[in-house]
Amino acid sequence: MFFVAGIGALGGAVGVVALRNPFYSVLALVAHLVCLAVLFLLLQAEFLAAAQVVVYAGAVMVLYVFVVAYVGGSDEPLRPEGGALRVLGPLFAFVLVAELCIALLGSSLSLIDSQGGDVPARFGTPAEIGSLLLQKFLVSFEAASYLLLVAAVGAVVLARRRRGLEEDETSGLSTEAGGQPKGAPAAAKSAGGAGTVRPSGMSATSSRLRPEAPGGNH
Amino acid sequence: MDVSWFLVLSAFIFGIGAAGVLSRRNPLVVLLCLELMLNGANLALVAFARMHGDGGGQIFALIVMVIAACEVAVGLGIIVAIFRRRLPVDVDELSDLRG
Repeated sequence: MFFVAGIGALGGAVGVVALRNPFYSVLALVAHLVCLAVLFLLLQAEFLAAAQVVVYAGAVMVLYVFVVAYVGGSDEPLRPEGGALRVLGPLFAFVLVAELCIALLGSSLSLIDSQGGDVPARFGTPAEIGSLLLQKFLVSFEAASYLLLVAAVGAVVLARRRRGLEEDETSGLSTEAGGQPKGAPAAAKSAGGAGTVRPSGMSATSSRLRPEAPGGNH
Repeated sequence: MDVSWFLVLSAFIFGIGAAGVLSRRNPLVVLLCLELMLNGANLALVAFARMHGDGGGQIFALIVMVIAACEVAVGLGIIVAIFRRRLPVDVDELSDLRG
């Protein structure tokens, strides 16, 4: 079972890199993610495997398919002029894999050549994950939720349709230079607001998180 | 199956993703290869969580999935903006920061 899923995952990964058409790359990544979910199941991470299939292979990949269909998957040659990176990239990757394997297998971890230590019966179940998320890792859970909110707002600001781009941009630059204390909403209306909204959102996030942190640990 | 097999597999997935990030030109495919690298790290995290019998690694992998979703949202927004402004969808020619 491990070898079937592992070969599937490796084949999907090679397909993502090697296929010319981005649309086929996305499909190869979906196959890779499903094989990875099988590997998660073998490692007794049931909730994570379900989340991988539903969230990753379901939702995120649909987003990719829409954008590939919108931008248009052009059959591009991989690198026609044969740049230096064409040779150096795979070479660097090979060195990286060799180094990682040496570091992993040469480590003196006592359990690495076993099936893993004894785990409780509820290891990896949704109940266990939920209680860990809401008790021990509450701060990172909250930070992840704020990050998702900021990313959603940032994506909308980045990808919305802008009318009269050139005039808007010059006025946006002058507001950014002179009227910075006006705050995020004023800057968001200008075309240059994409760069302004996200940093202010991030600082608001961190300043709101900081008072929570001591209480969240207990 | 030993934990070391999973770790070697995760190293290979990470390496393939790194090769793709370095050698492809289409920003969409670069984003896909970034996903590959994140997934390789995820597999290593879950394997270590199984090895130690500790649920913290699985929580870490879950948070990594959230980070990947955020990265996809912002990255695809940038790509759509690039496409709307009729700029070339090619990471080699998009090398200046001037709007």
